[in-house]
Amino acid sequence: MTGADERAPGPDERLLRELTPQVVGAITRRFGDFSAAEDAVQEALIAAATQWPREGVPTNPRGWLIQVAARRMTDHIRSESARRRREASSAPADDSIVPAVDEIMPGDHDDTLTLLFMCCHPALTRSSAIALTLRAVGGLTTAEIARAHFVPEPTMAQRISRAKQSIRTSDVPFSLPSERERAARLDAVLHVLYLIFNEGYATTSGPKLQRADLSSEAIRLARALHHLIPDDGEVEGLLALMLLTDARRTARTDAGGELVPLDEQDRRLWDRQQIREGVALVTRALARGSVGPYQLQAAIAAIHDEAARADETDWRQIAALYALLRRMSDNPMVALNHAIAIAMIDGPAAGLSMLDALDGDSRIAGHFRLDAVRGHLHERAGNPERAIAHFRAAAEKTTSTPERNFLMKKAAALAAARRGS
Amino acid sequence: MKFMLMMHAPRGKGDWAVMDWSPEALKAHIDFMMKFNKELAEAGELVGAEGLDMPSQARIVRASVNGPPEVTDGPFAESKEFLAGYWIVDVETAARAHEIAARASAAPGPKGAPLNMAIEVRQVMSGPPADV
Repeated sequence: MTGADERAPGPDERLLRELTPQVVGAITRRFGDFSAAEDAVQEALIAAATQWPREGVPTNPRGWLIQVAARRMTDHIRSESARRRREASSAPADDSIVPAVDEIMPGDHDDTLTLLFMCCHPALTRSSAIALTLRAVGGLTTAEIARAHFVPEPTMAQRISRAKQSIRTSDVPFSLPSERERAARLDAVLHVLYLIFNEGYATTSGPKLQRADLSSEAIRLARALHHLIPDDGEVEGLLALMLLTDARRTARTDAGGELVPLDEQDRRLWDRQQIREGVALVTRALARGSVGPYQLQAAIAAIHDEAARADETDWRQIAALYALLRRMSDNPMVALNHAIAIAMIDGPAAGLSMLDALDGDSRIAGHFRLDAVRGHLHERAGNPERAIAHFRAAAEKTTSTPERNFLMKKAAALAAARRGS
Repeated sequence: MKFMLMMHAPRGKGDWAVMDWSPEALKAHIDFMMKFNKELAEAGELVGAEGLDMPSQARIVRASVNGPPEVTDGPFAESKEFLAGYWIVDVETAARAHEIAARASAAPGPKGAPLNMAIEVRQVMSGPPADV
């Protein structure tokens, strides 16, 4: 791999990615066959990627892409109908179903939202929804998606084709969800974008740096969604959460790629511009009055981001927001974070006793985060022996290498200090 | 989530017991593995799979304090099983990885019955670190 794989997309590539969902939408609307339409658009994107740098960007790039994709689509339909004629020689020629290219009216209709609802449909597994969204809405190639997930290209191609199959077999329509379904379907869209963001945010060091692209891609898609649905607090909240979290990306790992905990990060490295934008978004969302989990998480991230120093963090407000979040969703991870905030206000013993209630919750009982937090709280309570045991237990259970290194070093440092004293 | 599935095959007499299988049993076993790999690839779950050469060909290499590294025959003669090959799969849940491992374990043996080989399942360290 050369550095070329890790560079940010160039201007042509950005334009192509922006236009992709509009073109996929137009072709699907005209020809009806989403699966084939999406393939045709990918071919048009590849043609553009080779021709535009040589011949210049056409004056109407969207129209150009629609023309090329429609031509591919027409070829596809002709060869399909020829095949059918060969198989059943009596069948009449059905070239009549192929529309002329100029019949496809690009107009100002934008089907991006319809497409997003379709690709994130609950009938798909989340991993296939992610892959399909990145390709059909994000305009990434299969190779790029495969590289971002560290799987071979044919595997990713299969995943995408299975996602399309699920859409076909589950009869997912190419239309906006009904008013009744809308809230649940929008939740599914937000969840997929959130997962894409997290995948990118998960690995931000060394040879895996390219995954940061996924975070940027998730932010771009959330931005597009916010543009299409400007008055939804949760859409705004998700975009804010991504911006406020991503603002800390550079400070989150040290030069060697090791994790730096929030309270030890160099806050001068945080992206002020992104923080300002995120804070403005979440403030506007909360003012709307219909509070949701993404807005609350964004509000918590904003409080962290706005503290000039770790010890200036407003833990009372954070604790209050976690209490609200707990009322909204029964999520043990939220309860865990609530306990951390309480420990920052009332001391480690108060946090530790809140954690005891989580031992009975099978969703988190064996999770490394529970041990990691206990380790931190016992350390703060001046109980290194128990802290070491919990840090070691957490290090055994985590599946993240930077996290494991961090936890092992914590345990080792405490053990060395004990031997020294 | 990615998992590595390691196939621990019975060592048999001296070398791999597979040397004593009938041609039919061998063919059934190989066909099974090829079909199995094809299905994993078609499911969009296969990251990689490799078979390893016979344990008689294995070498154990160890750096020495001074001079060239030591190279000896391996693996250790007393071990009853050896690593015959592995798969890396990318799946949605640990339960799915176990399901795949169970199918691999049931690959047909010398009499056509499932081998019930031990498949060691280990998650590849690629999970997201939480904000600490």
